[in-house]
Amino acid sequence: MSVDFGRRTVVVRPVGRFAVRPALVCLVLALAALAVGVLELSTGDIAVPPGDVLRALAGEGSQAYHLVVVEWRLPRVLLALLLGVALGLAGAIFQAITRNPLGSPDVIGFTTGAYTGVLIVTVYVGTGYYLVAAGGLAGGLITAIAVYLFAYRRGVQGFRLIIVGIAVSAMLGAANQWFIVKVNLQAALAAAIWEQGTLNGLGWDQVGPVAMSVGLLCVTLVAYGNRLALLEMGDDAAAALGVRVPAARLAYLVIGVALTAVATAAAGPISFVALAAPQLAHRLTRTPGIALVPSAAMGAFLLVLSDWLAQRLFAPTQLPVGVVTVAVGGVYFVWLLIRQGRVQ
Amino acid sequence: MSLSADDITVGYDGKTISEGLSVELAPGRFTAIIGPNACGKSTLLRALSRLLKPRAGQVLLDGRDIHALPAKEVARRLGLLPQSSIAPDGISVAELVARGRFPHQRPLRQWTAADEEAVAGAMAATGVTELSGELVDTLSGGQRQRVWVAMVLAQSTPIVLLDEPTTFLDIAHQIELLEMCVRLNREQGTTMVAVLHDLNQAARYADHVIVMKAGRIVAEGPPPVVVTAELIDDVFGLPCRIIDDPETGTPLVIPRSSIVRLT
Repeated sequence: MSVDFGRRTVVVRPVGRFAVRPALVCLVLALAALAVGVLELSTGDIAVPPGDVLRALAGEGSQAYHLVVVEWRLPRVLLALLLGVALGLAGAIFQAITRNPLGSPDVIGFTTGAYTGVLIVTVYVGTGYYLVAAGGLAGGLITAIAVYLFAYRRGVQGFRLIIVGIAVSAMLGAANQWFIVKVNLQAALAAAIWEQGTLNGLGWDQVGPVAMSVGLLCVTLVAYGNRLALLEMGDDAAAALGVRVPAARLAYLVIGVALTAVATAAAGPISFVALAAPQLAHRLTRTPGIALVPSAAMGAFLLVLSDWLAQRLFAPTQLPVGVVTVAVGGVYFVWLLIRQGRVQ
Repeated sequence: MSLSADDITVGYDGKTISEGLSVELAPGRFTAIIGPNACGKSTLLRALSRLLKPRAGQVLLDGRDIHALPAKEVARRLGLLPQSSIAPDGISVAELVARGRFPHQRPLRQWTAADEEAVAGAMAATGVTELSGELVDTLSGGQRQRVWVAMVLAQSTPIVLLDEPTTFLDIAHQIELLEMCVRLNREQGTTMVAVLHDLNQAARYADHVIVMKAGRIVAEGPPPVVVTAELIDDVFGLPCRIIDDPETGTPLVIPRSSIVRLT
């Protein structure tokens, strides 16, 4: 800790090389996420001491603890971490592309469209997990593509994307309401539960596909280099530096939508993680603009913490994690408003 | 390094700005493009810098179609200062200038001594070295423009295009920026092409001017030959007299006045 005597100290940060602060923040966030993960593994209807949790993870200890920790609870924690990473990255991508701190996968109407898809599937087809997931995926992707095409005019600009996204979301929202009022109560309830976004009932079956797709998308992002940071500086500036702007923006949109799609298909729409993670990470790391790795670490931490709270706050009643993230998001917005009010 | 446009037709959407435009930018020269508003100056610059694809014709960089070259390859030979850029939230001067090195970076070879040297050199040339740790948001307009120029220079390209680099700067900063461009042009042999609004500054600092009107090039050559009262009246619709700039001997445009000054 250094004491600030009101003097402005000028810190010349290393240029382009390894910056200490962001790396440190990422490390702390990752450790915190893992710590909450261990906490989540140890608490529940059957309490397992943290020491036994680690032993069970290492493949030692009693059969019963192994069943509880590895078979029952571990997949859920892994999914919370993976989906948190996916949502944090998706949020960072959308905020950088729209150059707007309120940008999130929701701006392209993905979530609302996914809900429409789920409603259609639950009403006309059935309520199985994979059916609902497929319905959400199809609805979200079709909406995202429609918004992209409506917003297209000599390429897609961030602002037009936001406006078109809001319009399409509003229309689909009305359609969703109509569905809920019109259809039978049971189907409406099933859809409403999906709409909260929850990790309840997820197990090892989901971990494999989610890990693979999130991993693949992360590798694609890394291979694409730091073009996202350049896109933030404006289309002309990015193009002048050798970025093929329309192609790069489309590629990032596809990756962002795919990350959101993975999360939504697995757990339903979990709001606010994508919105808050990049901004919180930005404030902690003080990196210029939106950075991907800190956003991913923050997303993982936020979601695993929210999921633990969702399970423990009103135990034995299990809340959908989406309810917790919305509440946390509300607190975040209040904090943001107060902070900005103070600055002015 | 040569850059030329060969019979290009450029425009936006359905609107054609220029048709059959040909221009050659000689290496090592400081060229100024002048002309009234909406005459196609910036559009020409955008076409020359690969930002806008011509509908017909070709822009040639070293004899090859600029659109057939990879974007990064072009960015290693040709730098551009666009009219407006956005500094990311919380970026420092050194970090922003370092972004100019992107075209030289590869996924596995991120930051080298050459990058470091180019960034330091660009900051020294634009006089922003002492600002390197400052946040770009906190700088004055003049300082910020110099930082953007530094980013373009860090790109280390033999050709630099500047789109209205003096807009929003006060007169002292305008002169300072243009003299810096001249110095770079003379000392490093960088080919400079700038869209300028001020005729007197163009005549004073450029060694070649291109005059545009309604999408066409109406005159080009050394300022003393090109900048004449007839041409200015014809292109800008401004009756004027031309005198010698008492400081440099270059043409100085004095607009005629229809208002009799009351004393």
